[in-house]
Amino acid sequence: MSNAELISQDPGWIIALKGLIIFAACVFLTIMSVWGERRIVARMQQRSGPNRVGKFGLLQALVDGVKLALKEDLIPKAADRIVFVLAPVISTTTCFMAFAVIPLTGEVNFFGHTTAMQLTDLSVGVLYVLAIASVGVYGIVLAGWSSGSTYPLLGGLRSSAQVISYEVAMGLSLVAVFIYSGSMSTSEIVAAQHDWWNAVILFPSFLIYAISMVGETNRAPFDLAEAEGELVGGFHTEYSSLKFALFFLSEYVNIIAVSALATTLFLGGYHALPGLNFTEQWLGGWFTLVWFFIKVLAFFFVFVWLRGTLPRLRYDQFMKFGWKVLIPFSLAWIMVVSTLRVMSQRESPRFLIIAFIFSVAFIYIGVTSLSDRSKAKKLADSKITNITQPDFPVPVIPNSEVEQLNG
Amino acid sequence: MADEIMPKSDEFGLAKADQSKAPITNHNSSSFGKQLLGFWVTFKTMFKKVNTVQYPEVKEPTAERFHGRHQLNRHPDGLEKCIGCELCAWACPADAIYVEGADNKEGEQFSPGERYGKVYQINYLRCIFCGLCIEACPTRALTMTNEYELADDTRAKLIFEKDDLLGPLRAGMVPPPHPMYPNTDDGNYYRGEVTGSHPSQGIAKND
Repeated sequence: MSNAELISQDPGWIIALKGLIIFAACVFLTIMSVWGERRIVARMQQRSGPNRVGKFGLLQALVDGVKLALKEDLIPKAADRIVFVLAPVISTTTCFMAFAVIPLTGEVNFFGHTTAMQLTDLSVGVLYVLAIASVGVYGIVLAGWSSGSTYPLLGGLRSSAQVISYEVAMGLSLVAVFIYSGSMSTSEIVAAQHDWWNAVILFPSFLIYAISMVGETNRAPFDLAEAEGELVGGFHTEYSSLKFALFFLSEYVNIIAVSALATTLFLGGYHALPGLNFTEQWLGGWFTLVWFFIKVLAFFFVFVWLRGTLPRLRYDQFMKFGWKVLIPFSLAWIMVVSTLRVMSQRESPRFLIIAFIFSVAFIYIGVTSLSDRSKAKKLADSKITNITQPDFPVPVIPNSEVEQLNG
Repeated sequence: MADEIMPKSDEFGLAKADQSKAPITNHNSSSFGKQLLGFWVTFKTMFKKVNTVQYPEVKEPTAERFHGRHQLNRHPDGLEKCIGCELCAWACPADAIYVEGADNKEGEQFSPGERYGKVYQINYLRCIFCGLCIEACPTRALTMTNEYELADDTRAKLIFEKDDLLGPLRAGMVPPPHPMYPNTDDGNYYRGEVTGSHPSQGIAKND
């Protein structure tokens, strides 16, 4: 039975219980991932990270949460009170909602019922996640706008521009997955990856999704919305106490949600690693949960790794990368994938398919070498810059015509 | 005009900039590979030994000449070196030191010579540990220790009095007030010719 059929037989109390478990798991994962992130980043910087509260500092995030809750809750005078309070709520609720369609296990026995650990299965599940993710941005934008302060406003504006641009790339990268699995339902996409993971056959899509999910979650190196060097705290500058904690929570749940989606769409979801399929039957199917979370945590590690390695992008570089690299590239890739798909469905002769692949590779090489040449030409043109030399001594500007000091 | 600004060594500054005619090599194809190399650096660092000192449990010794809490020193017979001249207070850029000098009297001698520091306070809320006071001190009465754990919970506790700052009485020292070593003057003390206490000065601490 497919996941959709299993879930449709769930009685109400199982649905409620599943919802509760997913919520609790998200909060628990958040607390653990905050700790994990701090520890891992610390190790990358040759520090030891939080190690005081509890064994290995495991309770650090919990204690920080308590501290935040006990702090004074300020609402600035200039703030729009209703929206100001609503913004973190929107942010938090939406990021939890994305988890509803993620299949965590296959067929399992849940208190005597045969079901699957997935709250609901929509035929357009992935579109639902994308929609929810975009609603989540309202939380950030409204927080920035309603704070009645400059830095949050800038942070909110950046965030909206950022998420709009990277969601286009993200959506486009998913199109190839839809074409290949012939479905938009998360559980069916997982089922379609039984032989080969999408990350292997649709590697460019996977790459684009992996990049845009970092942009989507406002994480380093794309954390322009809360660039602390530029915007103080960005959209959450004016937030304190529990409202800030909600933003904090939503950021981490969001990371886990996009990682879970990436796992589902590209890494075979809850299925075991290739060659370890026998483990899927362990514990009556519950062992698939372990596989799922191993994959999610691997993504989380990459998030942390990125943060520990890369500096923040400049805003214009970031936008340029999104619109001029990711989106055109994914459009071209979708064309290729859909053409190949149609070819294989119509059972075109093999030489035609191979010819098509070669011609695509040829066009790609041609285009890149042309753009390289135009870039080199531009560079050569830019080498000569005309600068009127001031009458006081200045360092010589490299590649300028006048290379002598005239002071 | 340019001669004044041009550095003497042509390894640095304007002269060096003049030589840099090489094009900016940001556009070469290997820069992306180099960026990927950065990921390896952070990954590798994860398995290195951490540099963190587990502070309250483990205390690393400071640098030898670390500027810590001050100390008012004593002569070998126990008399205070401070003569209450207030040079330290005048040298202090943060106005952290307050000194009140007083005359040594017959039978109430705290330091060799005429004057001693009656009141000596250092406010550690103001002190910036620059060490100008110890440079100013003419008798090396004021020096700095390596003690750095100076946090406290009230402002009053962070104003150190003379009692808090005076160095401990070592073996052979007699707690002042007591008379100077027989047949010496402050010059002998200053030149380090007094190396211990005399029985006539009082009962010396022995340990």
